[in-house]
Amino acid sequence: MSQLTHKEPTAEQIADQKLYREIGLTDEEYQRVVNILGRQPNWTETGLYSVMWSEHCSYKNSKPVLRKFPTKGPRVLQGPGEGAGIVDIGDNQAVVFKIESHNHPSAIEPYQGAATGVGGIIRDVFSMGARPIALLNSLRFGELNSPRVKYLFEHVVAGIAGYGNCIGIPTVGGEVNFDPTYEGNPLVNAMCVGLIDHEKIQKGVASGIGNPVIYVGASTGRDGIHGATFASEELTEESEKKRPAVQVGDPFMEKLLLEACLELIDTGIVVGIQDMGAAGLTSSSSEMASKAGNGIEMNLDLVPQREAGMSAYEMMLSESQERMLVVVEKGKEAEAIAIFDKWGLASAVVGKVTDDSKLRLLHKGEVVAEVPVNSLADDAPVYHRPSAVPAYYEANANVDVLAAIQEPKDLNETLKSILAQPTVANKAWVYEQYDHIVRANTAVKPGSDAAVVMVRGTRKALAMTTDCNGRYVYLDPKVGGAIAVAESARNVVCSGAEPLAITDCLNFGSPEKPEVFWQFEKACEGMSEACVALDAPVIGGNVSFYNERSGDAIYPTPTVGMVGLITDVDHITTQDFKNEGDAIILLGETFAELGGSEYQKLATGSISGRPPQIDLNKEAAVQKLVLTAIRKGLVNSAHDLSEGGLGVALAESCFGKGIGAKVELSSELRSDVLLFSESQSRILLSASPEQAEAILALAGEHGVPAEKIGTIGGDRLVVNVNGTEAINASIQEVKAAWKDAIPCLIG
Amino acid sequence: MRVAVIVFPGSNADVDLYNAVEDVMGVPVDYVWHSATDLSGYDVILLPGGFSYGDYLRCGAVARFSPVMEQVVKAAEEGKLVMGICNGFQILTEVGLLPGALLRNRSLKFACKLSGLRVDNNNTPFTRDYAAGEEIQIPIAHGEGNYYCDEETLAKLRAGNQIVFRYSGENPNGSIDDIAGICNERGNVLGMMPHPERAVHKWMTSDDGRRMFTSILKTWREQNSVTTHA
Repeated sequence: MSQLTHKEPTAEQIADQKLYREIGLTDEEYQRVVNILGRQPNWTETGLYSVMWSEHCSYKNSKPVLRKFPTKGPRVLQGPGEGAGIVDIGDNQAVVFKIESHNHPSAIEPYQGAATGVGGIIRDVFSMGARPIALLNSLRFGELNSPRVKYLFEHVVAGIAGYGNCIGIPTVGGEVNFDPTYEGNPLVNAMCVGLIDHEKIQKGVASGIGNPVIYVGASTGRDGIHGATFASEELTEESEKKRPAVQVGDPFMEKLLLEACLELIDTGIVVGIQDMGAAGLTSSSSEMASKAGNGIEMNLDLVPQREAGMSAYEMMLSESQERMLVVVEKGKEAEAIAIFDKWGLASAVVGKVTDDSKLRLLHKGEVVAEVPVNSLADDAPVYHRPSAVPAYYEANANVDVLAAIQEPKDLNETLKSILAQPTVANKAWVYEQYDHIVRANTAVKPGSDAAVVMVRGTRKALAMTTDCNGRYVYLDPKVGGAIAVAESARNVVCSGAEPLAITDCLNFGSPEKPEVFWQFEKACEGMSEACVALDAPVIGGNVSFYNERSGDAIYPTPTVGMVGLITDVDHITTQDFKNEGDAIILLGETFAELGGSEYQKLATGSISGRPPQIDLNKEAAVQKLVLTAIRKGLVNSAHDLSEGGLGVALAESCFGKGIGAKVELSSELRSDVLLFSESQSRILLSASPEQAEAILALAGEHGVPAEKIGTIGGDRLVVNVNGTEAINASIQEVKAAWKDAIPCLIG
Repeated sequence: MRVAVIVFPGSNADVDLYNAVEDVMGVPVDYVWHSATDLSGYDVILLPGGFSYGDYLRCGAVARFSPVMEQVVKAAEEGKLVMGICNGFQILTEVGLLPGALLRNRSLKFACKLSGLRVDNNNTPFTRDYAAGEEIQIPIAHGEGNYYCDEETLAKLRAGNQIVFRYSGENPNGSIDDIAGICNERGNVLGMMPHPERAVHKWMTSDDGRRMFTSILKTWREQNSVTTHA
């Protein structure tokens, strides 16, 4: 811990010895700072620029691409740029949500890394004035067979549980996927959803010259210094040494902070409020001032401190958790502090809003930093990175995926093997560790296509999901990006909801590699097209680059978090087959599309070729049809076809109530292809025989291919293809393979 | 009739309990902050689930020193109905209104799932609307719900018919004698790990918890009409 004792370098030493490089600034960036200031920055100032100009805070590598996302819509009340996006849901209410990554911290300290990821995203939502009502996550690990991966998996799950359960926000859904690509660099993306009344919406702005700036929450320690910079580098063997850059979470503190902030906002005296997330005190103060066109002056002696002898540099760069910065109306300081006292929170007036557009920091009677706020928040360099088509992509054009897979003799065994793949297998081992019912509003629990949370006091409910198939995105970033959005929308539609908007967590490798940047550009392009086609704008998100281990990038993984609105709770629909005798209908078309599928991975050990294709017009039509049918009360169950295709979807729909099904398919495709192809835009419905006729008629009107393929009943899943038995297995036996897979691997 | 839902710093199922009282009992209900020193205006006192004071120490060990707890003890002594759910149960054992203690789950993991319970005593103010031995489904959500007491206490609990709920299927936490909920000798204080307040509507997967709240209401109405006519 050299920071404890060593003397800070002088401005000359920083320049001469190029010390700024150690904290992530390039030579050009350092020169830019010198030009802005008209002098060499001191150590504290160099630190401010290094964190604020990191990719994590400035989006310097991603901005030109992110600008192309559709972000507007008639219901969007707040798009990207604040703590979280906001969408109107009628009756003066709105839903607030955002997803964010905590990949690097979780790779080296999985429990705290995941826990503080949850804490951070919750603060983003309540800093908007919203009551957090649900958490979701999206997790990616290597194959579940090495002790290291098991350790990461178990501790990430425990960290999410530890934080969410204690603070009392239900973790209602998410996804967990396993693939060797994430072996050294797991992905931990956390999403929070909140509810708000329109007039309560807050912004992170420091308006009103002379207004007091109040610090509240945990005291500032030396934890997490340079977390944002660390998050903007590749992981290496050296990363373990950066464990001190991982913060430690205190969910109890955050619960108090949450309640106190919402109580304070209710008083109406708050001018601006922002969470101290990445880059802590630096980002919150400079972003709030910059947005208002003002400056902020803070006396760091007044900041509550956990350790003695902290320097200005350390305080400004600390990422200690559970802290907020609040600007209130002048003269109302005492009222605010009384609320914080009630909740037992440390708080202090640490500064004021100024009219000189500077961030000025005082420490021990001296001005230790004075820089233009907008240069920190808005003047980071923007890089237009070169992009290049990767060789693997070209090579994959010529792969004959089908030829490499021999049709198995026993498809029962194949079905069971796919169901036992950890990505497909039952995740109860994970979600039963999360309190998914606290607040008592959870109507559809984890394990269905989307989770559903009731909006108390109304007939409305919210459906929510996180989705991405990184294999598809790797094989074809544009198609894969579009599928991520389409699948998330399909999931909320299957729950009876109309898609509202998405938040995205763009997990990629180093943008400095042209092949990775190409993946990034193409994936975002595909996502944008799907957002437009499905009328679901992007209202916020997060970019996580440098997801690499020893030079190898992960599969590009743009996780989509989607929220949909259920206008009447009677429309809530689940994937489970419910009644014996109900008809089973398959919507959409099945093609020989095995590239990137679970079946290809299982059969050949790797993925190759092109992923399933997607026609966004067909996708929109099938979604519209299903939502219309659900709203007409015609549908008893709805399930999206995704990993493992029709075979897995049929089995999963049988599992809920333990009822079987008899299915007759006719096709020119091979039986294994028909059952396990992952063609897009397909949904499995069940309905009473009369309702089924009505659905088929409706499908005709919507121009959606639809076919009655079977009937629910018995205790076996029987599938005949062209009159020949392909699957005939007891539900109990197949379900056991699916349910026991993860517990068996964990041991 | 007026119901108090006690709120400790870190309580988080207070809202669940409040809503259940509102929806099922339809009587006035207040959140009462842990610093309150007067509960005389309340007929029923409910201690909610959550992580009071973060439960960084033993669960409930700090909350039991909150000023309001003296009043909770007093209310129990006066014969008022006191019910603690999950963290509330842990606090009731810490303060000594109920015997025994809650240990970490045998799995050492938090567990949130629907749990089968058997109503082993339907002769309490909280369970009279159930049939004796009835099997019901109520969700659990806890990391430290493994009820433990010594043999002597267990014998007393059995003899006094104080074991109100037992897990009927899988015991999810390793509790002694499959105990899920107990009451005091007098029967007016009940603690349980499962969450009946999260099972009061069909859409919650189970509404088997409703009858705990209707039982409380029925008991109060009877007691109230007795006093009125006396």
